[in-house]
Parts: sequence; structure tokens; C-alpha cells
Amino acid sequence: MALSASNISVGDTHSDVLVEDLKRTQLVQYAGASGDYNPVHTDEKFVTEVAGYPTVFAHGMLTMGMTGRLLTDWVGDGRLTKYGVRFVSQVWPGDTLRGTAEITEIREEDGVPVADISVTTVNQDDVPVVTGTATARLDP
Amino acid sequence: MPAERFPVEASHILMFARSIGDPNPIYQSESYAAAAETAGIIAPPTFVQASAQFDENYRLRPKVGEPWMGSGKEATGIPPKEPGEADDTPTGMGARGLHAEQHYEYHRHIRPGDVLSATVKPGESWEKQSKRAGLLKFSETVTEYRDQTGELVITARSVGVQTEKAVEG
Repeated sequence: MALSASNISVGDTHSDVLVEDLKRTQLVQYAGASGDYNPVHTDEKFVTEVAGYPTVFAHGMLTMGMTGRLLTDWVGDGRLTKYGVRFVSQVWPGDTLRGTAEITEIREEDGVPVADISVTTVNQDDVPVVTGTATARLDP
Repeated sequence: MPAERFPVEASHILMFARSIGDPNPIYQSESYAAAAETAGIIAPPTFVQASAQFDENYRLRPKVGEPWMGSGKEATGIPPKEPGEADDTPTGMGARGLHAEQHYEYHRHIRPGDVLSATVKPGESWEKQSKRAGLLKFSETVTEYRDQTGELVITARSVGVQTEKAVEG
């Protein structure tokens, strides 16, 4: 169900666990679906010996995708008009991520009610991994 | 990511939704989606990133007959350079490339049957010093996805960063 301008307020929040104990297999799955085969996400030998990281790490776009689910579960399907993020910290296998979205403004755009939303996804240590904003079309 | 022809298919949307851990039936059930406000299956908000599959020259996909930076017998498939030459090829190819920002504007949500084409415009570039990863070189690209009728459906703005060294935790 979509959100309605008449029953939400600035400051309303929605929070959910996006993934628990992120598996390396999911990084493989995302690589295959998205087409981004950068070996830093799936190739332990390459990433430790050549790239110099402690292990593989998640595609930023996987975290953006999981954070997108938090938004669409809340605002409804096909309701986003804008969605953007900054990737502020890496996400590693074993991480548990929680996303929180908050209504920052309710306004009209071309005569249609919309909500501006801020969104932050943090890991199990409460370190932000993704921060962003979105705009969603509301019911009146 | 300039994919000249990106056919949006239901099976690809299903696989993509699974890969981000999203079981929403709007991405996989024709009957559920037909009765929903969207009047049919739509793609998740970040799906256009999978246009990489349809970019012939996408550099982060192994290609037949070409060296690949990932490991096989050796830690990287890129042959070592001659002595004295800087062996920086794998890092140049992607080991030091990270995604810094991604922004989408949805003019409408895409659905199976759409055939998109992408045009890419370079944006600004800038540099910044960082304690965790040395000199950071940022560059921005704007990708416009148009449908089979030429209508603009999604505008994507991406910021990539090349780091001088691996990011320290």
C-alpha cells in the first residue's frame, strides 16, 4: 500500500533489517544478476593479494538495492520519483545491515503530494554504510 | 555504461530482485502485479544498473580472448610487466575503483518488454586527499535511459572514485 499525505507526518520513520550475516554467495548472486564481475567482490585471491583488502566486499549497488527495498516496502511500488545515495563505508561478508528512513518534508510537486525522505543504512557496529535521500509520490 | 540496446525481461528482473534479497511479488508474479497499481511487473529501483550486461565493452566482465584481472593460476590474469615497468594494470582496471555515489530520477518505472537505450555524458571531475585511501580522484557521469519510443524514463548520475591505495578500515 502506498503512503497517504493525510496520515503521515514529518519525522515519521520506518526501519528494518536489510540483511543478517551477509553471505559471500549473495555477492556472487548480485555479480551475476547485475553484470558487475569486478573480482574485488567475489575473488578472495585477487582481492587479498592484488587489491590489498582483507577479503571480498559487497558491491555498493547491492547495499543501495537492499536499502531500496526498505523504501519501496514503505512508500509502495512504483512510487519513488528520486532515489540517491552516497557509499560511505564498505560492507563485508558477515555484516548485518539495518536501514532507517525518515520523512523530512511533505510538499506538492506539479500538484501531486510527495514526501522527501532521508535514509541511512548502518552495520552491526552502527557505522553508516550508505546515506541518501528519496522522493516518493503520495496518495492525497 | 552505454548499452545501446537493453531489453528488459521478466526473468532478469526476477534474478535481480532475488540477488538484492527482495521477495516483493511486484517483481515476479504476473497475477499479483496485474491487480496492483502498477498494472504489471515493474523493475526494482536500482535495476537499470544491470544494463552493464548489455554494454558490449563493459570492462568489469571477463571476455573471451582477453586478459582478465581476476585470479586463475595466479592472483591476477594480467601478465606482469617488464622489470622496471610499473605493474599497475589490474589496479587501473578496477581494483582501485570504487563507487562513491549513485542517484536516480524516475520519470516512470520500467517494466518487462521495455527496450532501453543509454546515453552517457561525462560530468565533473575533482580530487580530494583522504587519510584512509590517499589521493581520491572523483569523476561523475550522467546516463539517460530512453525507452523504445524515445521517451526519457530514468536519469542516472554516478560518481566513481579511484583511490591511491586500498581503503584502510
